[in-house]
Amino acid sequence: MDRTLRRALTIGGLASAANVHVSLVGMVITFQTRDFIADVITLGSVMPLLIAMVAGWLAGRPDKATAGTPSAATVIVGGALAGAVAGAVLAGLAFLIGVVDLQSVLVNASSRLVEALQFGQGATIGTLLLVGGSAAVGAMGAALHVLPSLLARAVTIGLSTTLGFTLMEPFISAVLRNLSLDVVERLIFAGGGLTPLGFVLVFLVSAGIAYAWGRRGHVARERVAAMPEDRQRTMKLIAFALIGVLLLALPQIVGQRLSEVLTTVGIYVLLGLGLNIVVGFAGLLDLGYVAFYAVGAYVTAILTSPVSPLFNPQLSFWAALPFVIVAAAFIGLMVGTPVLRLRGDYLAIVTLGFGEIARIIFLSEWAKPIAGGAQGILSVPPPLPFSRDPQIIYYPILFFCVLAALGAVSLASSRVGRAWNAMREDESVAEATGVSTVKYKLLAFGLGAAFGCLSGALFAAKIGTIFPNSFDILVSINALSLIILGGMGNIFGVVLGAFVLVGLPELLREFSEFRLLLYGAVLVAMMILRPEGLLPSRSRRAELHERADDDEEIYDADAGVDTGRPVVTT
Amino acid sequence: MTDEASDAILSARNVTMRFGGLVANRDVNFEIPRNAIVSLIGPNGAGKTTFFNQLTGMLQPTSGDIVFDGESIIGLAPNQIVQLGISRTFQNIRLFGNMTVLANVMVGRHVRLKASWWGSLLKLPSVRAEEDATRQRARELLDLVGLRREYEEEWASNLPYGDQRRLELARALASDPKLLLLDEPTAGMNPGETARLTALIKRLRDELNLTVLLIEHDMKVVMGISERITVLDYGEKLAEGLPEEIRANPRVIEAYLGKQATTA
Repeated sequence: MDRTLRRALTIGGLASAANVHVSLVGMVITFQTRDFIADVITLGSVMPLLIAMVAGWLAGRPDKATAGTPSAATVIVGGALAGAVAGAVLAGLAFLIGVVDLQSVLVNASSRLVEALQFGQGATIGTLLLVGGSAAVGAMGAALHVLPSLLARAVTIGLSTTLGFTLMEPFISAVLRNLSLDVVERLIFAGGGLTPLGFVLVFLVSAGIAYAWGRRGHVARERVAAMPEDRQRTMKLIAFALIGVLLLALPQIVGQRLSEVLTTVGIYVLLGLGLNIVVGFAGLLDLGYVAFYAVGAYVTAILTSPVSPLFNPQLSFWAALPFVIVAAAFIGLMVGTPVLRLRGDYLAIVTLGFGEIARIIFLSEWAKPIAGGAQGILSVPPPLPFSRDPQIIYYPILFFCVLAALGAVSLASSRVGRAWNAMREDESVAEATGVSTVKYKLLAFGLGAAFGCLSGALFAAKIGTIFPNSFDILVSINALSLIILGGMGNIFGVVLGAFVLVGLPELLREFSEFRLLLYGAVLVAMMILRPEGLLPSRSRRAELHERADDDEEIYDADAGVDTGRPVVTT
Repeated sequence: MTDEASDAILSARNVTMRFGGLVANRDVNFEIPRNAIVSLIGPNGAGKTTFFNQLTGMLQPTSGDIVFDGESIIGLAPNQIVQLGISRTFQNIRLFGNMTVLANVMVGRHVRLKASWWGSLLKLPSVRAEEDATRQRARELLDLVGLRREYEEEWASNLPYGDQRRLELARALASDPKLLLLDEPTAGMNPGETARLTALIKRLRDELNLTVLLIEHDMKVVMGISERITVLDYGEKLAEGLPEEIRANPRVIEAYLGKQATTA
């Protein structure tokens, strides 16, 4: 009991630190403008509760050090305590802001923050609400360990879905309206958040689906597995056809503004697929991937723009493409050759340098006659006959993404992919087994460069104007983060990662200020909870193989070893 | 003796390897007759693995020449040497742990495959056919070394120790080697496993027409399997000959057991 108490207090303390942090950096206030449940609670006020819930969940986790399982009551009380501590410290902060003027030092310690923290109910009731509410959700978080795991999972998924629905309200309402489902839209959304009824509905439906799938999902999977092979293939084809139709119809469904987001995601998917060849397949940690992206964009701009300085052949986008690929191969070899003998950390540092060199060259006076210096290059034409309208340019981007994904898939399962994997696992043994590491490193850099340059070319054509500062280190970091998040080595992981890391922030304008903070938090959480990424490449095996429990075991044994490694130590 | 030398699949001439002031191998002259099973023995630190690493191109000798099948392999990269027909296993098993058992063997076949990167990218029919044949061949090799079929989709790192040794052997065999180098193949095995592996090595030699060079510490294995034995000590060749000659050689006994053993 003593241990449980100490743990609850520690976690409560950590959660308070997190609470105070998000309050003082201004996240709570920013989200104050949006409702979670209309007229009941704002997103800003939900934030401390969410943290309290996570604290409760953490406090309720089974303790490895103590033998036996604690009683349900102990677990729940522990969670409530952790939540209460988190809430109490925050209530203290709100009180402090009311008494002392902190705003001269901490700009966000304002009366609006106090209002958000006290749920707009005044000091006494607000404090009670905050502490009591935090304790309650903390208890709920801890109770997830007490509930049967299926139910706990369903509840978690239900709550996450409601939160997701609120955050993506602009997106979902736009889609509903485009599909003329205004009735549904009015039913579940109001004032930028869910209606109380909407909250209940969304929660029940998503939790219900999760529960049903958890109970009966394996039956469905087994039934599919038991089917004859040609039936399975037909079903796969039908599934792919459905996805294809959906992808083609997507711009019409989501409308103008969200198509813009989709095109950005597409460009990052392409970038991620390329970097995935270099990092995920071949295990070469490249932190300067932006160099390829920049070269692709600049070569396209120089060759196609009528106002590119000095040299402007004014080719069409498609005519410029072969030159872009040649430039990509060239730059890939140029970057690859000097780093052939470098491994791991050293390689990462050197490539990081290459990325910066590319940007600085394009910015320099020296390259100004060709690249236009800081003014960049204007009037890059779109890839005619496709116009720059996001709902139109979406299609060429989709085309190249599909092409790149197919290419990556066939490479992964080929002699080339095996050689890369062997090299990633152990370079000297790969060589002693007959793999020419020189050849395959250069090939990885060359192909990765080709994908990156293609992505850059599409970026230039989409945006129409390019500046050296569009090509800073953040592009490399984004591309790398999305493949880490999605699951190193897996194509679907790359797509999912691009949606989460590039798409979501575009949808949630409120996030933009805190983008990097959230990136950091998400990546740290991923490294702890799921180092192999959301959709690790191992899952492919689970599809090929139907021995469910065996796979589970293999999967666990490898978690953290495989994908964690190229990032952290190679 | 002379006819054997003329039919050597590999001969090392005056091979010397220096690491700074340390001489790991000094003027080693060494020949492996075709189709023989030859053992390289010696106390720890005698330079056996260093010598192995020079044969496989992982180290380049400071001086001397190594001729394999009539061709000098000095200056060749390890993968080129595999291409010529030498393959090896490692003292401490070094598999590609996060690849499947089958994929490990298929990587071993890499040098015998022709698929180019663009052929693989486009999945040309010839590439598919080659992949199928490779998978087939890899399965045959798994059968040959006695790895169970149901392991083939397992991660290599999940195999039991003895099976990992077998897998490494299958991977080495996948490149159709003429000369197979085994670095302490029975290390860490119990007597039963050791006996089975010894029998396997003999069978492989006969069925695949191999020449085998092994480093081994287990004297029972060495005496039981070898047709010739070479002894290294402090980087130099101490003795060479048939197993019974080596067993009786006082200098070898001295190197292994100390001076008292011979005088006593």
